[in-house]
Amino acid sequence: MAAVAVTPAPLQLQPLIDEIVGSSGADGAIASFIGTVRNHNQGRTVSFLEYEAYEPLAVRALQRILDEAGRAWGDTRLGVHHRTGRLELGEASIIIVAVSPHRAHAFAACRYTIERVKQIVPIWKHEHFEGGDIWIEGATADPDDEAARENAHRIACA
Amino acid sequence: MRVTVRLFARLRDLAGSGELVREVATPATVETVWRSLVADMPALGDYERTMSVAVNADYSKMSSKVDDGDEVAFLPPVSGG
Repeated sequence: MAAVAVTPAPLQLQPLIDEIVGSSGADGAIASFIGTVRNHNQGRTVSFLEYEAYEPLAVRALQRILDEAGRAWGDTRLGVHHRTGRLELGEASIIIVAVSPHRAHAFAACRYTIERVKQIVPIWKHEHFEGGDIWIEGATADPDDEAARENAHRIACA
Repeated sequence: MRVTVRLFARLRDLAGSGELVREVATPATVETVWRSLVADMPALGDYERTMSVAVNADYSKMSSKVDDGDEVAFLPPVSGG
């Protein structure tokens, strides 16, 4: 199992944890995040989501985020998998695992990763709701935008 | 020369296709490819202010050079997670 993946297959947390933890025995903390499909968004009743990705660039962008986190929290290892295709309510769209000797670094790296995913990874939500559908558009992706990166870091350490 | 254009999310819907092969004059930049696309499909034009661009699956700039056979992608604001 790769630390980074963009896949139409259902996401499974425990295998990713096992992969990132490995067998060193030097870690004291595992932080994980599961993003799920919720039933409402901006006043709309959501039926389901479709996620579209530019897969080769999405994989590169995820790897870049892990490299950034590795520089910020050098003792921490990360894995992140993002789902694509149709997702029903409650299904996991993203899973993140951060493993570290210390909890503060694990929590921070995990939070940093999800904030950066929302900034620079070329993946899009197509929301299907009661009465229509809409492409959700968030951030203009610019991996070299230092202000955005610093903002993600600030949120991660808050 | 010939380039492959990739479009995603609402840009893909507006164009009616996620992948187009386009002829562009040499030398060309990402911007040259975009202008030729918008000339044929004016509805895409609004995205110029907010989109990102990529060449051969690497983030790039409008001013970047494009070579024969390259894949040029235009990306609306992202919404993963």
